[in-house]
Amino acid sequence: MKFGMLINEGPFTHQASDSAYRFALAAIEKGHEVPRVFFYHDGVNNANTLSEPQSDDRNLVKLWGQLAAEHNIDLVVCVAAALRRGLKDDILAEGFRISGLGQLIEAGIDNDRLMVFGD
Amino acid sequence: MYEEDEGGPEVVKRFCYINRKAPYGTVYAHEMLETVLIAAAFEQDVSVVFLDDGVYQLKKEQDTKDLGMKNFSPTFRALDGYDVEKLYVEKESLAARGLTEEDLVVDVEVLDSKALGEIIDAQDVVISA
Repeated sequence: MKFGMLINEGPFTHQASDSAYRFALAAIEKGHEVPRVFFYHDGVNNANTLSEPQSDDRNLVKLWGQLAAEHNIDLVVCVAAALRRGLKDDILAEGFRISGLGQLIEAGIDNDRLMVFGD
Repeated sequence: MYEEDEGGPEVVKRFCYINRKAPYGTVYAHEMLETVLIAAAFEQDVSVVFLDDGVYQLKKEQDTKDLGMKNFSPTFRALDGYDVEKLYVEKESLAARGLTEEDLVVDVEVLDSKALGEIIDAQDVVISA
């Protein structure tokens, strides 16, 4: 099955991004595909390369980038939501790209399921 | 884009947006509305559901001047211009907040939670916030 994913929260205040990451891992391990993950609302903060969690904590910004590189996942950050929060190309973490909300609608159209992770 | 040069889109899915939060305490409602407009631009079959505090998004006479925030409730009245005509409000959520259909800025279909559940069950893509 093909899963599109939508993440609506940042990497620390809420569990959404952790849950989504683990869902993506589990789905891929079971042989499913995750062609695209879309980051909206505060979810755009998952793409901030300036984020520096303490060394004994997980680093979701890096984890998403690694997962995307290993499994060819398109990590898309909403441009309008990103600009509001000061996230631009020059601080965008590796593996992410900034684009429009149309990419979210496409993820809903192209995949068998769209999984929403939020508060 | 999915639109072909002539005719409609290749694939039309049922997109349902569920608004559960009040309009100004958090950014969800405002940003969700932007998503609704984009889905409509992709010529998808769009429904919008309002329940819990989400029903306040449709309350008439919103005045946000003192908040310094944009009152986006007039946009709901413009939705039919984007062919978004299926607006559903949960009956129980209205009643619990002392509201009636007369208090809302736009024509909606008021359904009890069971009927609303059936509509949500029939969707292809459900996005909630």
